[in-house]
Amino acid sequence: MAAAAEAGALPAEERVGQVVLPGDVLLLPSHPEADGARLWLGPGAALPGRLVCGPGLRSCGAGLLVTKGGLLRHRQPGGAGGGSGGAYWVDSQQKRYVPVKGDHVIGIVTIKAGDIFKVDVGGSEQASLSYLAFEGATKRNRPNVQVGDLIYGQFVVANKDMEPEMVCIDSSGRANGMGVIGHEGLLFKVSLGLIRKLLAPNCEIIQELGQLYPFEIVFGMNGRIWVKAKTIQQTLIVANILEACEHMTAEQRTQAFAKLSER
Amino acid sequence: MGSEPGGCALRRFSCELGPLGRPDGSAAFLQGDTSVLAGLYGPAEVKVSKELYDKATVEVMLKPKVGLPGVFEKNREQLIRKTCEAVILGALHPRTSISIVLQVISDAGALLACCLNAACMGLMDAGLPMKSLFCGVTCALDATGAITLDPTAKQEKEARAVLTFAISSVERQVLMCTTKGTCSVEELQQCIAAAQRASGAIFHFYRDSVRRKYSKT
Repeated sequence: MAAAAEAGALPAEERVGQVVLPGDVLLLPSHPEADGARLWLGPGAALPGRLVCGPGLRSCGAGLLVTKGGLLRHRQPGGAGGGSGGAYWVDSQQKRYVPVKGDHVIGIVTIKAGDIFKVDVGGSEQASLSYLAFEGATKRNRPNVQVGDLIYGQFVVANKDMEPEMVCIDSSGRANGMGVIGHEGLLFKVSLGLIRKLLAPNCEIIQELGQLYPFEIVFGMNGRIWVKAKTIQQTLIVANILEACEHMTAEQRTQAFAKLSER
Repeated sequence: MGSEPGGCALRRFSCELGPLGRPDGSAAFLQGDTSVLAGLYGPAEVKVSKELYDKATVEVMLKPKVGLPGVFEKNREQLIRKTCEAVILGALHPRTSISIVLQVISDAGALLACCLNAACMGLMDAGLPMKSLFCGVTCALDATGAITLDPTAKQEKEARAVLTFAISSVERQVLMCTTKGTCSVEELQQCIAAAQRASGAIFHFYRDSVRRKYSKT
């Protein structure tokens, strides 16, 4: 069996947009003068741009080691970068969420214990949310949060060694859309890749859906979506379309929308 | 000693990525008539008694087609667990658990190798970080010392020794080796060499499967 397509170590630029598997090594363009032990000073020395190693990649001796299967992506550095800056990452489809600092997520309150709430965000551990982390909350003026409520917040602490902590205010103390989500509506789960696709700028799916019915929608980076439309039937239709559009191509989607707008 | 068949004489194999909706990752692997379904959950919550402070706890459950899991399944579970632990980057998810549930759909020889292949594809489908891929290859040595790769149940029963290897995709290193029966050291080396050659075809197949999965989106 011809193993010619078996990839050993290939330069990273050639593999952008292709499928990479765990164990593949991506070679980075190395400067012949760049030596780890030496520091080149002087006006003639080229300054290599900083390369960002994104999700799914780890740096190893020769270059980057792929740790997750998926499509390799690259983004050039903006502004005064050089040819050797930018970011590489692997776009993989995953269902399980791992907390990342700064992500906005939808959580479900499970325990109310004294000063903190424990929120289930779909990760390996429950996140903790202090009752003071809401807009306008003081020791006397506690927020009205019950067990089972939906919370939209962001992580301030999220690493592999510590319990994740989330808050419902931004750095200036304003809610900025975060906090308790209303009691009606529907919460459902989709894969993480679909959320990223829907949150990309100018996503057609949301624009087309918006022309069908008016609705409120909240996306959590942990794969959870909350939808509320005028009637229960419309809410269910929007939820079903969002769940299905992961597997539909663009033409199938336009057909589905056309069928729905006739009704 | 004996001569081995030229090239790889593996049975036809096929795989389906993500057939199950509920687990975080799933894969169904079919080798000839042997078929195994793998479901992956992780990184998930772990009981305090089982948690490890510096890496993920890997658990494997192998469910036979009929009856309850017994000692044979426990033995296979440990072999698969050790192989997966060697490959998964558990240090990235300490105090979590990664559970692999393998269900035997049909057993027609080379079951452990099929379980290993299904587990590897499932780990990739779940998006768990790994340092390499691995595959399982079974060799059967008959009375004359001829090597048969990927034996059927009948060939396994008539063989003098049945060896299963887990081969890593990085430089074809041997991750795990288990033997049933007797063989000499030279025969063992020949079997390892044959298994390493055959693993190339399986890794090629993995790449094609993942390409097909990502070409749909």
